[in-house]
Order: sequence, then structure tokens, then C-alpha cells
Amino acid sequence: MALEIVDSCVNCWACQPLCPQQAIQAATPHFLIDADKCTECSGDFAAPQCASICPIEGAIINELGEALNPPGSLTGIPPARWAAVQAEIAAR
Amino acid sequence: MDLPVIEPSPAAAAGCSADSCGATARQVDGLSDAIRARVQDHPCYSEDAHHYFARMHVAVAPACNIQCHYCNRKYDCANESRPGVVSELLTPDQAVRKTLAVAAAIPQMSVLGIAGPGDPLANPERTFETFRQLALKAPDIKLCVSTNGLVLPEYVEELARYNIDHVTITINCVDPEIGARIYPWIFWKNRRVCGREAAAILIGQQQKGLEMLSARGILVKVNSVLIPGVNDAHLPEVSKIVKAKGAFLHNVMPLIAEAGHGTFYGVMGQRSPQPAELKALQDACAGDMNMMRHCRQCRADAVGLLGEDRGAEFTLDRIENMEVDYEAAIVVRAELRAQIAAELAQKRARAHAHAASATPQVIKFQPQGAKPAPAVGRPVLMAVAAKSGLVAVHFGHATEFLVYEASAAGARLVGHRRAASYCAGDETCGDAEAVLAETIRALADCEVVLCSRIGYEPWGQLEAAGIQPNGEYAMQPIEEAVIAVWNEMLAAGRLTVGQPAARRA
Repeated sequence: MALEIVDSCVNCWACQPLCPQQAIQAATPHFLIDADKCTECSGDFAAPQCASICPIEGAIINELGEALNPPGSLTGIPPARWAAVQAEIAAR
Repeated sequence: MDLPVIEPSPAAAAGCSADSCGATARQVDGLSDAIRARVQDHPCYSEDAHHYFARMHVAVAPACNIQCHYCNRKYDCANESRPGVVSELLTPDQAVRKTLAVAAAIPQMSVLGIAGPGDPLANPERTFETFRQLALKAPDIKLCVSTNGLVLPEYVEELARYNIDHVTITINCVDPEIGARIYPWIFWKNRRVCGREAAAILIGQQQKGLEMLSARGILVKVNSVLIPGVNDAHLPEVSKIVKAKGAFLHNVMPLIAEAGHGTFYGVMGQRSPQPAELKALQDACAGDMNMMRHCRQCRADAVGLLGEDRGAEFTLDRIENMEVDYEAAIVVRAELRAQIAAELAQKRARAHAHAASATPQVIKFQPQGAKPAPAVGRPVLMAVAAKSGLVAVHFGHATEFLVYEASAAGARLVGHRRAASYCAGDETCGDAEAVLAETIRALADCEVVLCSRIGYEPWGQLEAAGIQPNGEYAMQPIEEAVIAVWNEMLAAGRLTVGQPAARRA
């Protein structure tokens, strides 16, 4: 049972000091979680700390590959709206 | 850890009893002498200082503990100039090296701020390590910090320890209902809190932090982002409340929202305010509070005078090869500071002499029903292509214009407008027509544009748009030039109250 940081991470450091297991390390191109150390904060906190402060939707996933912060959950921007605006910008 | 303790200066210890709370000591520009002495070389806190002194931000603070709807945390774009954007994140050691290099190369650099790209106090180790080193190595640089306020109360003591005399808190609202439309979430006590509850916690912490800083005699500026339809009607109340709690300056800034920035407001089509809306709101707040009008909403890694950015000259690989003799730099910096202080004192003396020689304005008791005495001469907005406090820039080279309101009461800075320079003297001139049209649109509410020189073509187009170009005050101090032009207009009978500007007739 471990979480994973994927490449949409922007290396903002917010998660790193919060991890009760010191499982997060600064790395490039993005930060990494040591799967052997990560406990998903069970026993320490009600919710995984990294995923509770991470500002980027989709940057932290569980072992099933599911985003802990799915699209729209942090910014409040509906995914359909985001897609439409991106398409509009690309068409310019 | 044992930290060196810097005793607060007597001025800092004097607290709010000596400055912003004492309205009787107000001077012409709205600041008491005690506060003016503390901000006279801080470009972000003193309008006078911003013509002469430069600032820099070091981007050591990437983490943030809240989300704002006007911010996107993917903060890497060299071509954007707005808060929260940086190109290169620095460690504290790199930040100190960069600061010393810039301070040696730009002796006008008086202030080092940490403003992000996240929240400085959400990165306490990096932020305070930078301050700790700089307090020792560069005692002639003022340190300041800008925060969203969420964890401010727990760091007030530590800020005071490093002699941080200036703190900016971004306060967009004091009402959680409004806050819920600005802040989708905060990180608080080990969990992500959303909506109204999040806004209520944030607002409570901001207000508590403001009160604690005021009690310590630390100068607090409050930044607010003007978001049309969200907090515009609410900001005058914010202004009153933060003033009552001891903030000495309020900076209302326009929302920057474009779809391409990927922010909630940008993507959802929230509009930014027009310059006239911003000015009207600043004027509405000005009755109760000192308002800042010269903010340029700079990047979290900006370097140089407000309105310019020399960050590209001081990238990590460049400062690596710079030899810095800071002992020598301190001497040069002190000399320059003394010279500028003398210049500013002279300018103030001239302004006072001018005010003293003018007929004193007496506000008379008006019996009810009596007609108010007719005011002489309506106010006029003038745009100035300025540098170092002078009308010193060629119209075609101006990248921004300062906007002054001239009236019988004098000249007052009320804002600034960005412009792409009309003529760069090379192949970019192909776009000159479009750029000129854009500039004329940005200056639409101004009746005069003062510049050191101007070409024939833009002269004609400005005139046709009802904006009178004026190159007669090249290298003159801005305020004197603006007042002189206003007096010429008055003498020519063009300022009769009720008479619209020529182009609107």
C-alpha cells in the first residue's frame, strides 16, 4: 500500500515536509515517494498528507492508478470546461 | 538552534501610537513623518521612493497552503509578469548569493522581499534561513515578506527577530461567503478544508496576524485583488477594517485573468476590471485609508525598479561568475542613498514652498440649502512617460505610463498603464500601428500625455483621439510638469467645471 507521484508534479515542495514516514524525496523531473516507506498515512492522519496539500490534480495516485485529487476537485474548473477552453486556445 | 537576535529599532518599537493611528500628523501625501522615515527607501511602500529605489524578490518559497482562484501553481513562464510566476527556484544559499550580486550591481536596490511563488510562511525553513543570512551579510538591505496570512500568527515573533519591518498580507475579503468564491481550499491542521469553512479560518488568521503585527509596530500593507462581481462592493469595508486594525497602506490591484493562464477565473471567463473601475474603487477607499497607486503586480522573482524587470541579468549561471565585493558595495550604496535622500528632501521642500505660496484652501461651513462655492478648474488625467521621477522617456520607447490626476489640489498619482513600446527602432516596427492603437486605447481616459519626445505620426493619432501630446517638459520633475500643464489649460479656459474634454464635446 503506497502512493505514487507522477509527472504532472510541479516540484513545489509542499508535500515533502509533511510526510510522517519521510517517504518523499526531492528529485527531478518530479518528486518521488519511496513505496517501501509510504503507509498512506494510516495510523498517523485521517487523510494522506501529501494528497491533502498537493495543488495539482492527478499528480498523486494510489496503487490502482486512481488520482487522489481527480480533475476539477481542486481548482473547481469542470473538466469539460477546461477541455473546451484548451481546444479554443489551441485553435488560435 | 541559536539565532542572532536583532533588537528592534526604537522607531519600530514605537508602534502604531506613533504612526498610522495618529491622523493628526498626516502630511500632504497621507503619511506621517514617522512612517515616511521608515518607508522612504522602500519602492513598494513609498510612491516617492519608487522612482529611485529598486527591489528584488527571491523565489525560495515554492510551497503554498491555500489555493486562490486567480493563481495557477504551474508557475514557470518567462514571458509573463504577474505574481506567483517565476522561472528559477532558489535555495536559501543561492538566494543570498543572488541578492548580494544584485545589490552590488544595482546600488539602488534597497529591498529584498520573499513573495513566493507559493507562500513564504508555508516554507518557513527556506524563508527564515534566507532572512537569517541576509540580516548578517547585508545589513543595509531592508527585508520584507508577503503572505496570504494563514499561518502568520505563529511566525510574528520570528519575523520580528530578523528585523522584518514590512509585511504585506493579501486580504481579499472579511466575509466567508465572499471568501468561498475566491478560495476553493486551504490546508489546515493536517487536512484540506474547502468552501466557506476554509474562508472563515483564513480570514480569522489574517485578521489575527494583522493585529499581532500592528501590536509589534511592524508596518503592514494590505493587498487586495479587485474581482468584479465578487469582492468589488466589499473592498471599501475591507479597507476600513484593516485600517482600524493598524494597516498603514492598502493596495487594491486589478485581477489578472486570462484563459491561457489556466486559473479558475481565467478559464471560467471571470473578467478583469477596467482601469476606470479600479480608480473609482481606490478613490472610494481613499477617504478612510492611504491607498497605493503605483503597484506593478510584479513576479515573485522580479529584479529592478518597479515597472522594469532585470531578472534575466542575474540568472544562477550568471551570478556564479560574478565577483562580489560587498564591503565596497555597502559604501557605494550608502553614498547613493544619501544622494537620493537629499534629492527627495529638496523635492519635498519645493512642494511645501509651492503649497505655502498658493492661496490656502479653507473649507467653510455651509449653511444648509446654501449653494456650494464653485470649484475652480476640473481635474484632468495626464499620462506621463517617466523615469526616476522625471518626464524622461520618448513616447515611442515607453513600456508604461504613470497616470496623474491634476487639479487645484496638485498632482496625484492615480495609476499606471502598461504599453508595448511603440518603436523599438528595428524590425518590430512592423507592428507599430497595432501597438500605437493599443496604447491609445489604454490611455483613453487621459487628456494629455507628457513625454520627453514624440514622433510626428503618433502625435497626430493621439491628437485625433483627443489626447494632447506634450514634449515641452522633457527632463522636468513629473509633478511640477503636470501642475504646469494643468495651469496652462486653466488659463486657456479649458477647465471650466462641467465642460467636458474637447474630444467628448
